[in-house]
Amino acid sequence: MTPVASLGRSGLADFVLQRATAVVLAAFALCVLGWFLAAPVNHARLAAFFGTLPMRAFTTLAILALAAHAWIGMWTVGTDYVRRHYFGRRHALYLAIYQIGCAALVFLYLVWPLAVVWGVAR
Amino acid sequence: MPWRRRQPPVAERFAPVVDVSQLPVMEFDGVIVGGGGAGLRAGLQLARSGLKTAVLSKVFPTRSHTVSAQGGITCAIASEDPDDDWRWHMYDTVKGSDYIGDQDAIEYMCSVGPEAVYELEHMGLPFTRTESGRIYQRPFGGQSKNFGKGGQASRTCAAEDRTGHALLHTLYQNNLRAGTVFLNEWFAVDLVVNQDGAVAGVVALNIETGEVVFVKSKATVLATGGAGRIYATTTNAMTNTGDGVGMALRAGLPVQDIEMWQFHPTGIHRAGVLVTEGCRGEGGYLVNKDGERFMERYAPNAKDLASRDVVARSMVQEIMEGRGAGENADHVLLKLDHLGAETIHKRLPGIVELAKTFAHVDPVRELIPVVPTCHYMMGGVPTNVHGQALTQGAGSGDRVVEGLYAIGEAACVSVHGANRLGGNSLLDLVVFGRAAGLHIEETMRQGVAFRAASETDLERAGARLVRWDHSVGGESVAKLKEELQRLMLVNFNVFRSGERMRASIHQLAELRERIGQAHLADKSRVFNTARLEALELDNLLEVAEATAIVAEARTESRGAHARDDYTERDDENWLCHSLFFPGERRVAKRAVNFAPKTVDTFAPTARSY
Amino acid sequence: MRISLYRYDPDADAAPRMENLELDIPGVGDLMVLDLLERLKAIDPSIAYRRSCREGVCGSDGVNMNGRNGLACTTPVSEVARRGKLTLRPLPGLPVIRDLVVDMTQFYRQYEKIKPFLQNEDPPPARERLQTPEDREKLNGLYECILCACCSTSCPSFWWNPEKFVGPAGLLQAYRFLADSRDTATEERLAELEDPFSVFRCRGIMNCVSACPKGLNPTRAIGKIRTMLVERGI
Repeated sequence: MTPVASLGRSGLADFVLQRATAVVLAAFALCVLGWFLAAPVNHARLAAFFGTLPMRAFTTLAILALAAHAWIGMWTVGTDYVRRHYFGRRHALYLAIYQIGCAALVFLYLVWPLAVVWGVAR
Repeated sequence: MPWRRRQPPVAERFAPVVDVSQLPVMEFDGVIVGGGGAGLRAGLQLARSGLKTAVLSKVFPTRSHTVSAQGGITCAIASEDPDDDWRWHMYDTVKGSDYIGDQDAIEYMCSVGPEAVYELEHMGLPFTRTESGRIYQRPFGGQSKNFGKGGQASRTCAAEDRTGHALLHTLYQNNLRAGTVFLNEWFAVDLVVNQDGAVAGVVALNIETGEVVFVKSKATVLATGGAGRIYATTTNAMTNTGDGVGMALRAGLPVQDIEMWQFHPTGIHRAGVLVTEGCRGEGGYLVNKDGERFMERYAPNAKDLASRDVVARSMVQEIMEGRGAGENADHVLLKLDHLGAETIHKRLPGIVELAKTFAHVDPVRELIPVVPTCHYMMGGVPTNVHGQALTQGAGSGDRVVEGLYAIGEAACVSVHGANRLGGNSLLDLVVFGRAAGLHIEETMRQGVAFRAASETDLERAGARLVRWDHSVGGESVAKLKEELQRLMLVNFNVFRSGERMRASIHQLAELRERIGQAHLADKSRVFNTARLEALELDNLLEVAEATAIVAEARTESRGAHARDDYTERDDENWLCHSLFFPGERRVAKRAVNFAPKTVDTFAPTARSY
Repeated sequence: MRISLYRYDPDADAAPRMENLELDIPGVGDLMVLDLLERLKAIDPSIAYRRSCREGVCGSDGVNMNGRNGLACTTPVSEVARRGKLTLRPLPGLPVIRDLVVDMTQFYRQYEKIKPFLQNEDPPPARERLQTPEDREKLNGLYECILCACCSTSCPSFWWNPEKFVGPAGLLQAYRFLADSRDTATEERLAELEDPFSVFRCRGIMNCVSACPKGLNPTRAIGKIRTMLVERGI
């Protein structure tokens, strides 16, 4: 199954993806944190560290995981709270605005860091 | 005054009084009044046969009192004992009834029983299991092998100590599957009886909206359960107000054996909450204040598993002779602590919960204070084995009331006679719920039309509503109800005396006057429970009065009916059913059936345990 | 005892109101909340609430007592009252019909949705279907549910999506049939539960567990359903 496309259709896929991406993010966070603690940080070392191919690949994976994780989470929050009960007759419109907003943000946080990592913006 | 309002009371509001001639009409092939075990079993039978069926219940069905049944459903499925025989079960039941149970009906119940229990299992009822995977059976009171000669039997099929809950939920679930129409939280006000004496349906009140409707049906089934709430303490739910029996009596129909009220030996002292006989089946026993297992004196063979009337009388005797436990020496104690924590938690988990909540004792370590408590109405609307309601024709022979059925505790088939055996009520529900369903199905197949009802017929059925809604001033329902319940508790308990009963009959006549003048203070429309309680009080009164008059008339002691002025069983005059006819308030006798189809008659003998 | 009682009659009140009442009877703490309500109703018959068995098995009288859901008939006043005050409200999250009586349609609809009946299309044997004591044991803690709605109405996910999230009570029953060795519709049942709402709206906050008057654990049942779904997905 194609994970992100199935969002909102299979709760099981969302559930599994949410947890899988959490594992990736945790691993990435530990990896970066370890590097930060290992030695004094400066830009040259940082650029060198993230410049290696394995680290670029890992970072890409983490960025994708973050996007999927965030989208599932934000979509869920929206469908919990943006409801007729609180927002009245136009709740569907508000939900759509909220979801477009979230999608735009997720997209931004997907494209921007990818561009940084792969040096398109350089 | 212990009560102060900080806000002004809402002025009494008058809802528009019902105009019976303008009632909306709903039509069904079969309408079952009552959503307990019997009603749901009948409903299931009808719905599965494709008939347009409605179950009309004043509570959501799983709130019905069947849910409180604990110990199990007695039936010879030969799981614990491969040689078990339904005829042995029949013998026990006849003996338990003190020989006024109809033997054709008991034969039918005991022989069809296994099939009905297997059906429940197939529907999903989560019975406790034996090592071989079969249904677990426990010993219950009054059970024997080989016609009383083979010792104690274990014949009660159980789902832990929550059998009624498991049974009721299973039946409700299967009704959902079968597409039964549920009129939940509707109250049947009265039967609509036409000029031919046939039943055309019921006038019913939608509790949520206050709407009154004529629910028209080709067959109306009373499955309204018992009326234990005529007593101030009872194991019964607060909803057990004898609505079906009240409706039948107001329609001029007789009730049978209504003086026979079972007092369950183990109701929790004060709270009245039931502790299953299964406790004694699992090895528990009763002790007096001296710690003596007194049932050994009263019933040397069966001891604590003698039938309920015997145990209840023995307990009262212990208390009267000063061997009661507690500060006021007014109860005895149920001992389970020797069974061990594991057995208790595995077989009686619900009892642990109830004992902790209502008696503040943990049965694993402490004794439970118990007293005999009103539990079951053996009497009810007389019926044949198909559940058809009976009255007496001109030549005093049985006559079927067209269009009316009665099943379960509201009915008197009679399989329980003067004393019901534990575990037989759940069997009664499913066997006769099913039987009534089968008979209605068959009748419908032969073709039945809706019966006509005139405006006068409807007016009569709606009269109670109009009377309460017109009431201004007068005594409160709560006060009158309490008075009635006290009166019954004191004078129609385990032991009864002629003099006190005669006085009570006068007091009940007075109460009838006063209830006729009583006041419904809240006349609002939506979910008006005050109106319900007023309507229920009418039913309680009908049942209480019938009980009192017949109990006084039966000048003997038999089964649950024990008099201190007539202490012996009188087979010469009273080996018969009693019939109470409302209106003229006449007590008549009706012959007991002694002609089973496939076995020899069990002739009355002295009853000892 | 000061009692603050939620009152609402749609024919008389524009909006719900809290009625302040005082009841001074000795030993009030030993009473169950239902007994207290009965005393109040004897004085003011217009107070509306549901009740039946008064021993905690019928599930009629679920109410909110000082903020906690529970059965009025098995909750001693002393257990919920704080400094001589008791606030009684209807179960939260469901429409109120009158006073403490809520409209449970939504709750029952979720229960019906999980097909709460044993499905087994094999022709039944002449006697009972056999089940080992071990298999039967798996139903303990599941079948005892009394449908009082204390759990589902204490669950924020159910408040938010009562028409889509089955809720703890319904899911407990869903698992009761999934766990029954006699039921053969496991695949169909799981397929019905796979969407993002039915099961997966549970966040495991365990309000249901602390609310359940029968001591059942819907959260654990939900966890087991999830595991079954995951295993089926792999």
